[in-house]
Amino acid sequence: MNFELSKEQVMIKKMVQDFAENIIKPRAIEIDTEAKFPEDIFKQMGELGLMGIPFPEQYGGSDGDTLSYALAVEEIGKVCGSTGLSYAATVSLGASPIYYFGNEEQKEKFLKPIAQGKTLGSFGLTEPNAGSDAGGTRTTAVEDGDDYIINGEKCFITNANYSNTITVTAVTGKDNRGKNKISAIIVPTDTDGVTINSNYDKMGVRGSDTCEIVLDNVRVPKENLLGDPEKGFKQFLHTLDGGRISIAALGLGIAQASLDKALNYAKERTQFGTAISKFQAIQFKLADMAMEVELARNIVHKAAWLKDQGKPFTKEAAYAKLFATETAFRSANQAIQIHGGYGYMREYEVERYLRDAKLLEIGEGTSEVQRLVIARQLGC
Amino acid sequence: MNIYVLLKKTFDTEEKIAVTNGQIEDDGAEFIINPYDEYAVEEAIKQRDEHGGEVTVVTVGDEDSEKQLRTALAMGADKAVLINTEDDLEEGDQFTTAKILTAYFEEKEVDLILAGNVAIDEASGQVGPRLAERLGIPYVTTITSLKIDGETVNIDKDVEGDIEKIETSLPVLLTCQQGLNEPRYPSLPGIMKAKKKPLEELEIDDLDLDEDDLEPKTKTVDIFLPPEKEAGKVLEGELQDQVQELVSLLKNEAKVL
Ligand SMILES: Cc1cc2nc3c(=O)[nH]c(=O)nc-3n(C[C@H](O)[C@H](O)[C@H](O)COP(=O)(O)OP(=O)(O)OC[C@H]3O[C@@H](n4cnc5c(N)ncnc54)[C@H](O)[C@@H]3O)c2cc1C
Ligand SMILES: Cc1cc2nc3c(=O)[nH]c(=O)nc-3n(C[C@H](O)[C@H](O)[C@H](O)COP(=O)(O)OP(=O)(O)OC[C@H]3O[C@@H](n4cnc5c(N)ncnc54)[C@H](O)[C@@H]3O)c2cc1C
Repeated sequence: MNFELSKEQVMIKKMVQDFAENIIKPRAIEIDTEAKFPEDIFKQMGELGLMGIPFPEQYGGSDGDTLSYALAVEEIGKVCGSTGLSYAATVSLGASPIYYFGNEEQKEKFLKPIAQGKTLGSFGLTEPNAGSDAGGTRTTAVEDGDDYIINGEKCFITNANYSNTITVTAVTGKDNRGKNKISAIIVPTDTDGVTINSNYDKMGVRGSDTCEIVLDNVRVPKENLLGDPEKGFKQFLHTLDGGRISIAALGLGIAQASLDKALNYAKERTQFGTAISKFQAIQFKLADMAMEVELARNIVHKAAWLKDQGKPFTKEAAYAKLFATETAFRSANQAIQIHGGYGYMREYEVERYLRDAKLLEIGEGTSEVQRLVIARQLGC
Repeated sequence: MNIYVLLKKTFDTEEKIAVTNGQIEDDGAEFIINPYDEYAVEEAIKQRDEHGGEVTVVTVGDEDSEKQLRTALAMGADKAVLINTEDDLEEGDQFTTAKILTAYFEEKEVDLILAGNVAIDEASGQVGPRLAERLGIPYVTTITSLKIDGETVNIDKDVEGDIEKIETSLPVLLTCQQGLNEPRYPSLPGIMKAKKKPLEELEIDDLDLDEDDLEPKTKTVDIFLPPEKEAGKVLEGELQDQVQELVSLLKNEAKVL
């Protein structure tokens, strides 16, 4: 048993922390109020190699591991949920499925530019009528000579406006039991028939790009099919398992930031002639927050470690996502409470933490879905 | 070009620092590369990229200094040298450090040595100049611009906000001031490659020095934190009275008049 980070992991954490503090943090309020995707920040993150942390050098990556990547997401999440979400989505949803299921040619063509930060990555699973129930996908891909013709609609898709390709899920036929076969296909966003809108007015993660995608007779070559056509559904379940670790890490970042802000404020704020941190009511809140943040960190790191060891991590990833994101929401809520009236104001940032944290309980599998996953792992 | 950087590990003065019994508490303190040395590392990398050659980062420190050296390697330095005095020296001062470095550099072919203007912990600004004296090479402190053309070196030196233009020649030792450059973040590939770069570890024995040669010339009598800021005083009443009271306070209480 060893809870120490490696030297590289410590260095990565420190570098991302410095970058987040100096470059992202001063812009966080503006990113939220203007709901504007910070393209220039992503360019810099790409140049630093952040998009390629968990991928090998030959695919444009940095040869790091899942734990290093989780540390990076946490540090970015600490200062800006919007930036954190788009970052996590690009690596876990955009790049990872291509890395795990793509062939050499696809990796060279589609993974490399994402890992090198030349474009973002995007994964289109959710549809207006298929959210938690991803099996209910209605988008279809019909074979036509050497191509697929794709028709359908996707919603709430992160990063699509800033990605050269979107990996979309679509029904490609029926299996021998008559059930829909769902496959993943890489769609270049400049293909005819692809329309991307981002008209959502969101509660939180407002600076993250969230899109509606209409696919109208979109023709892509068959070679863009990702992985095994029979196992598309299994593939994206695996993708989501990995993605959950990163959303958990983002929750951990927001929870840690909430604790840091609340603790500082409680020590400085005087009421009734003493710092409010001297009141037991406030102390108990801070004690619970600190404990939950640490427990969240332990399970996030454990899930990442299991993945790095090549061991099963489905259950732990679900634990991590469920606990860390709910911790983020609770911590942000308590941070507002400890700030009193000031906490309700944008300038103090904790109200943004709450709005950003709420998304984490919904995206990449709702809290209810995490409980379903865990129960299934328990053999229910 | 053979470029060397003198680098020191210091505690982060932006973090909380605790002093007990005249000693700074190591636990809890955050350690970083001395910020002025970061300018030196950045400048060394830039000069190497322009003129070719190799950047070697040298520190006199302890086992833990490896972390700061690795960070410099991750930024782009080629080699690192840790002169570890942990087991041999109880204490040291600028004389000690300069003497150790002199012994290290005696055998080396040097074109350029870059150091920080000061270290933010003790802020003496002496190690660079002392080393240059001992090596018999010119030095310029607090530089804010550096252009090298062949053997000719053109420098902007910060003199209390004004600029002095200096021309000198290689080999030279320069200490770096804020404004010289914007130190880069170590990139991810840089961090991953840093572990494969050479890091040589030496002790004073390897430099034919022993403890007696290195006895500090100064003695630290006490270390203490500045007094905590007290609440200000707001004067009231007629303007005339306020002025009178202010003058009397400055005279009798603050004793600055
Ligand atoms: C900002 C943002 C970014 C997103 N980014 C992406 C992206 O990049 N790619 C992508 O594909 N999707 C993305 N999504 C979509 C997200 O994954 C879905 O919103 C989420 O999976 C929930 O689906 P839904 O919205 O259709 O809700 P529904 O599935 O309709 O759920 C509604 C409620 O019912 C509950 N529920 C549903 N089924 C069950 C059940 N069996 N048992 C108990 N409770 C149940 C849910 O937990 C929830 O509380 C994003 C969403 C947002 C808001
Ligand atoms: C939108 C809005 C509208 C408002 N409208 C009005 C208005 O119309 N008129 C008006 O007068 N005010 C108004 N307020 C102010 C509001 O009543 C105060 O914000 C509230 O009373 C809390 O005071 P505070 O913000 O100074 O927080 P603080 O009193 O500093 O409290 C900070 C935290 O410390 C806790 N705390 C404080 N003392 C103790 C203690 N002894 N023991 C345990 N915990 C303690 C608090 O519960 C809180 O969690 C408004 C505030 C907002 C945000």
